[in-house]
Amino acid sequence: MSGPGKSDRLLVKVEALHKSYGDLQVLKNVNVEVPRGRSVVVIGPSGSGKSTLLRCLNLLEPIDSGIITFDGQDTAPLRKAAHALRREIGMVFQNFELFQHLSAIENIILAPMKVLGMSEEEARARARKLLEKVHIPEKADVFPDELSGGQQQRVAIARALAMSPKLMLYDEPTSALDPEMIKEVLDVMLELSQEGMTSVVVTHEMGFARRAAHHIVFMDGGEVVEDAATEQFFTGAVHPRTQRFLQQILR
Amino acid sequence: MDPVFMAQTFVTLLDGIPLALQLVSIALAAGAVFAVALAFMRLYGGLALGSLARAYVFVFRGTPLLVQIFLIYYGLGQFEDVRASLLWPFLREPYWCAVLALMLNTAAYTSEIVRGGLQSVPFGQVEAARACGMSGILLFRRIVAPIALRQALPGYGNEVILMVKATSLASIITLMEITGLAHRLISETFRAIEIFVCAGAIYLIMNFAVTRAIKMVEHWLSPHLRDAPDDARATGRVAAISH
Ligand SMILES: Nc1ncnc2c1ncn2[C@@H]1O[C@H](COP(=O)(O)OP(=O)(O)OP(=O)(O)O)[C@@H](O)[C@H]1O
Ligand SMILES: [Mg+2]
Repeated sequence: MSGPGKSDRLLVKVEALHKSYGDLQVLKNVNVEVPRGRSVVVIGPSGSGKSTLLRCLNLLEPIDSGIITFDGQDTAPLRKAAHALRREIGMVFQNFELFQHLSAIENIILAPMKVLGMSEEEARARARKLLEKVHIPEKADVFPDELSGGQQQRVAIARALAMSPKLMLYDEPTSALDPEMIKEVLDVMLELSQEGMTSVVVTHEMGFARRAAHHIVFMDGGEVVEDAATEQFFTGAVHPRTQRFLQQILR
Repeated sequence: MDPVFMAQTFVTLLDGIPLALQLVSIALAAGAVFAVALAFMRLYGGLALGSLARAYVFVFRGTPLLVQIFLIYYGLGQFEDVRASLLWPFLREPYWCAVLALMLNTAAYTSEIVRGGLQSVPFGQVEAARACGMSGILLFRRIVAPIALRQALPGYGNEVILMVKATSLASIITLMEITGLAHRLISETFRAIEIFVCAGAIYLIMNFAVTRAIKMVEHWLSPHLRDAPDDARATGRVAAISH
């Protein structure tokens, strides 16, 4: 990272992003900024395009128009070798998506070994540290289907961290979890965020948003309706659609 | 039934096992490679290659194996070009005709099994692998193939059992595998029942071994369903990851 110039403050900058599936416009003129070391929380009703936005950020989806800048670089020319960019972006899914045929630690070491060419010894040592970080060091050799949802999601977070990403994307990471497991996952995410991991988090956990988010983006119908600093977002200066949505989820 | 005669018959028919095993293993090995190619054509080959593979499967699944064996054994020699070709020394041998017919036939069935396995791989797993920076062959080898293989294995086990039994058809074109030997014994002794009971028992034993083998492979490929101690299991899987 060169000097902290104006453009360097942002790790991700999305400008005028448009995306449609056939006739369905899923993202309409979306502008989002993610400062380095900060977390942005994205909320919005089902179908508002939150997942699509995340998938566009790590080039899992082609876009119709707009500019996505990552780490100072326009990503458009990188699309042909998108897998290279994805090494730098970790992603955590609602349904965990651990590789079912691999144990927890194998899930974590596979990409570092095969994509980054790390030695097995080093990959394992790092994986063990990461498992400690997500508070399940004893589960290294357990297979996903023997883990609780919360444990699986924490392994998934460790798997993403194992690539030493510059950015973490979380797509409703606690939505598939029982209430008692939500906290253990959010705690890990909060710790990471406090350590300065840059992230974009789609979640409806407003307690988490309040504590971890730098700013909050509210999306509806493919548009960014509201993009406000966390403090401001919760103290009320918000769009009526946002208020209606907040009333629903906070009810 | 005469136990001494049964025992003798059984021992005589055992001589047919090596030939049967050769037929089935060469056909299965070559057929598996061909099947994977067909499945790839169907899934990723576009319209032309996909239709070609579909037509192939339609023809070879839709006609009896016996007819296919006859067509290859009696039919191919009708063509001047075939007789003039480098393959003729093989194609005029009943042995290779049987292998070819079995191979072409199993390839059709197996390609469908492979296709089903590949299609069963959840999209989320592929997406997760992509998100980790994997792509292309790496992604296929480490994620798609292992998951597809595990899904396809039970179906493929069935196919292997069918193929073991199908080798008996090779006796029709003079091959002296188990059924061929049984036929010869019957023409010498006229004791069909005892002889076929012995032949049947041999196929049963072979397929028992196949079933066990498939179970073992399934067990080996499904560490997450095993009850083995954690560390033994971990070492086994590491070996699988690191080569
Ligand atoms: N692959 C696809 N093909 C066609 N339409 C899609 C596809 N993926 C998403 N969509 C549509 O795009 C819209 C936005 O979907 P998206 O998954 O981004 O919403 P979301 O905000 O994440 O919703 P949720 O809260 O339910 O996860 C929806 O209307 C959805 O049906
Ligand atoms: Mg979503």
